[in-house]
Amino acid sequence: MKDWQPKILAILCNWCSYAGADLAGVSRIQYPPNIRVVRIPCSGRVDPLFIMKSLQSGFDGVLVSGCHPGDCHYLSGNYVARRRFAILKPLLEFIGIEPERVQFSWISAGEGERFAEVMTKVTNDVKKIGPAKRLVKGVQK
Amino acid sequence: MIEELREKVKKLLAGGDVELVIGWEKGSQPLSSTPVFIDSPEEADRLVFDSTCGNNPAVYSTKDARRLVKAGKKVGVVVKGCDARSLSLYVAEKQVKRDNIVIIGVPCRGVLDSDKVEELAGGREVLEYSEQDGKITVRGKDLDLTFDAKDVLSASCLACIYPDAKEYDIFIGEARDGKPNKEQNAAIDEFEKLSSEERWKRMEEIYSKCIRCYACRNVCPSCYCNECFVDQNDPQWIGKTPEITDTMIFHIIRNLHVAGRCVECGACERACPMGLDLLLLNRKAAREVEERFGYVTGIDSGEKPAMADFREDEKQNFIMG
Repeated sequence: MKDWQPKILAILCNWCSYAGADLAGVSRIQYPPNIRVVRIPCSGRVDPLFIMKSLQSGFDGVLVSGCHPGDCHYLSGNYVARRRFAILKPLLEFIGIEPERVQFSWISAGEGERFAEVMTKVTNDVKKIGPAKRLVKGVQK
Repeated sequence: MIEELREKVKKLLAGGDVELVIGWEKGSQPLSSTPVFIDSPEEADRLVFDSTCGNNPAVYSTKDARRLVKAGKKVGVVVKGCDARSLSLYVAEKQVKRDNIVIIGVPCRGVLDSDKVEELAGGREVLEYSEQDGKITVRGKDLDLTFDAKDVLSASCLACIYPDAKEYDIFIGEARDGKPNKEQNAAIDEFEKLSSEERWKRMEEIYSKCIRCYACRNVCPSCYCNECFVDQNDPQWIGKTPEITDTMIFHIIRNLHVAGRCVECGACERACPMGLDLLLLNRKAAREVEERFGYVTGIDSGEKPAMADFREDEKQNFIMG
């Protein structure tokens, strides 16, 4: 397992976090290459099912990121998302999913630096807890 | 009590205050009463109410009686505490209009868990059922048993916080207030004390028994989507077999769908053929919703449902700083 590298799914909103990733790219800021990005219209689009399905399909971590509260392109999408995640997160911990596996953040289009920081942190967190075993389809214990 | 209920219903129907009353009548099985639709005063004598009335009549106000309700006609619904919460939830979610329903509360002592009765009867068929002063008697061939109600009531009823309707138009008898329940919280706290691995193991133990019959979903008063996410096949989000990860995702997502909407009636647990402890997760979600958003399901029909609402200044300590 020495060479193991985590696979992390980053679900980014089109208007802020995805543009933040873009800025990190054009600014040539370095961050770990472990993330796979899915672009979505708004963090309010994220159904908890997407997160569960990614874990089931073998992602070691999931990060959902949207606009800062008050900055949503659709005015209230991220507020609704926040309520949803506020219940999802403790519930996942309750059933025994490590809290590091599923994380949330707000990254604006201007925060390229922060985007790199968040990606580094999530990657390090997931590296620390190792490959996902719970809720992964086809894993024999 | 039952006489008073019948009289009230008769009066309502005779006076034209309601077109229809939904309640319970004696069923063909001794341990389970059947929902009944009463539309004339003469039929009101069919109504019964006791611990066998486990079905939730509120659901029919959005299904079978929907046409009446939509046409602006009034429908009376006889409700226990949990049914009343369902009804308030339907009003809050705009499934029925409050003006179109007359809520008739009845004092609930809890509903039977027929599995418990059958276990105590030791495989002998129950043919007759009666109850008096907290004692329940069942009779059958070579069978004559009397037990304390609390030995055969549903677990969710023993831990009930709102036995009587909070919102009602008519109440038969005296409505009791809700009470804080320590047992429910204690069970959650105890579970939370376990380590992450132990919790996961425990959850796997529970859900590996699930046979994916969807009885919990079908019986749930809060599950009324026309198409459930597990039935969708384009895209098919979730596998159809009782494979453990699919099963767990089904239960977690169903739990999230009823978060802030579960009325804790325990119908899912009673319907479950495998006897799974399904309410633990629901109660955890309910507790989170109450602590974070100060929302309790089905208490005030004027309040916007928690998961359809937001406040700008909410705590967000779970989001990376």
